[in-house]
Amino acid sequence: MTLALALTPYVYGLGFFMMAAGLLIALTSRHLIKRLIGLGVFQTSAGVFYILLSKVSGGTAAIRLEADSPAARSLASRLDAAYIATHGVDGVVYSNPLPHVLILTAIVVGAATLAVGLSIIVRIRETYGTVDFEELAALEAKALRDGREDEA
Amino acid sequence: MTRLLAAPEAELVFAALLLTLLAGLVLALLAARSVLTCILLMSVFSLTMALWLMVMDAPDVAFTEASVGAGVSTMILLGAALSSTDVIPSVRPGRFWFPAVACLAAFIGMALALSDLPVFGDPGSPPSSYVGRLYLEHTPHDIGAPNVVTAVLASYRGFDTLGETSVILAAGVGVLLLLGGSLNSRDPVSEDVSLRISAGSPVLSVAARLLIPIICLYAFYVLAHGEFGAGGGFQAGVILAAALILHALVFGVRETMRALPVGVVRSCAALGVLGYASIGFIAILHGGRFLDYDALLSPVFEAGLPSSHLAGGHHHWGQRLGILGIETGVMLAVASTMTAIFYAFAGRVSRSDEAGAA
Repeated sequence: MTLALALTPYVYGLGFFMMAAGLLIALTSRHLIKRLIGLGVFQTSAGVFYILLSKVSGGTAAIRLEADSPAARSLASRLDAAYIATHGVDGVVYSNPLPHVLILTAIVVGAATLAVGLSIIVRIRETYGTVDFEELAALEAKALRDGREDEA
Repeated sequence: MTRLLAAPEAELVFAALLLTLLAGLVLALLAARSVLTCILLMSVFSLTMALWLMVMDAPDVAFTEASVGAGVSTMILLGAALSSTDVIPSVRPGRFWFPAVACLAAFIGMALALSDLPVFGDPGSPPSSYVGRLYLEHTPHDIGAPNVVTAVLASYRGFDTLGETSVILAAGVGVLLLLGGSLNSRDPVSEDVSLRISAGSPVLSVAARLLIPIICLYAFYVLAHGEFGAGGGFQAGVILAAALILHALVFGVRETMRALPVGVVRSCAALGVLGYASIGFIAILHGGRFLDYDALLSPVFEAGLPSSHLAGGHHHWGQRLGILGIETGVMLAVASTMTAIFYAFAGRVSRSDEAGAA
């Protein structure tokens, strides 16, 4: 347990670092596609946080084994009986399946929304001829200036 | 004590090491100066993530991450990035510092919450103690399927998954609205050079001919086996789409569109969601609630069927039928949407090439 205690700030810290780094890529990169990739990293890191919470030490995947089957017994031989009695279900310790369900669908939905973002980028490139954020900002500023001159 | 570490602890250490590797990949991504490098790093990131998820006892998520993140996402990213500039110019410092400070503040804010988080791997932590445990205990009795993830996804929270499938369909519709793409497959989608790996290579075409049927068969296995092992409709749909994309890469999008016309793909995407929702309504017609699979079969009919061994004499044929039905709907919707998105991007690429050549 002391080892798990020492690992706790490290693993959560890495998860938070990945989240912050993904956000940084999404906010600062000049290429729009890299911005979307950064957003993808941010999203995946949110999933990492969920999965970190779901892990149970000594647990196995949440696919129910039959009580006293050879697989269940071989898993049980690695842990002490008291631990299994407190935290196990029918003699086997499982990790929490609920975050898995949430993240599983989030990944597929994430890919679909990534496609929407990319198609917006494709349209931007076709309309303005660039996907560079700075150039697009310059184009926008120029369009605004021109519009103001027209009004005057 | 013959081993250096007890098995549960070794697991946690291995997970922490893989997480370090993931963070390193994100660092490399932060520094990457080329779009192609970024996309490949993202693909490697997804594969490593899948490995990490396996260590974290989440095979279903690992499966999805490997097929979506490393497979289909990478393909869509490559398709979109092909005709844009590859070099990423460096950021002006004036535009870098404010977001950097904001992200640092976000990191520090999250790190401050660290003391409130449960210990890594703690079996008695609040997230793992109540609802999650309840699902683990009740799934064999309520659903009769060993895979708790599939049971929660398809049955307990079936309404939620219907919403998520609709979001995927909506995203597909969004892409089609943005990129247009003609419904008629006979329309001039020119011979696409850019999205084919190598035109007419015999090695590739023979390998693809062998692989595509096996990949499709595997997709159906993943669909049907989702109740018992890792897998389900989402993964099966993405794998099926991967087979179609492989076909398009080796034989050209035009050939794929001839085999599977655009109109059919789009109809299937809508049909998948429709099929899912109609199973819910069939349950209502049989006197149950929306997506209540137990109402799908009459008790008299079900009593004549053999009972499943896991449930201790309980009958779960309605649940079986319902889960398989909605998973088929999910597979149809996901596979068709991904293929339609790929068609839209491929059509765009070939058209802009034509415009560039003219």
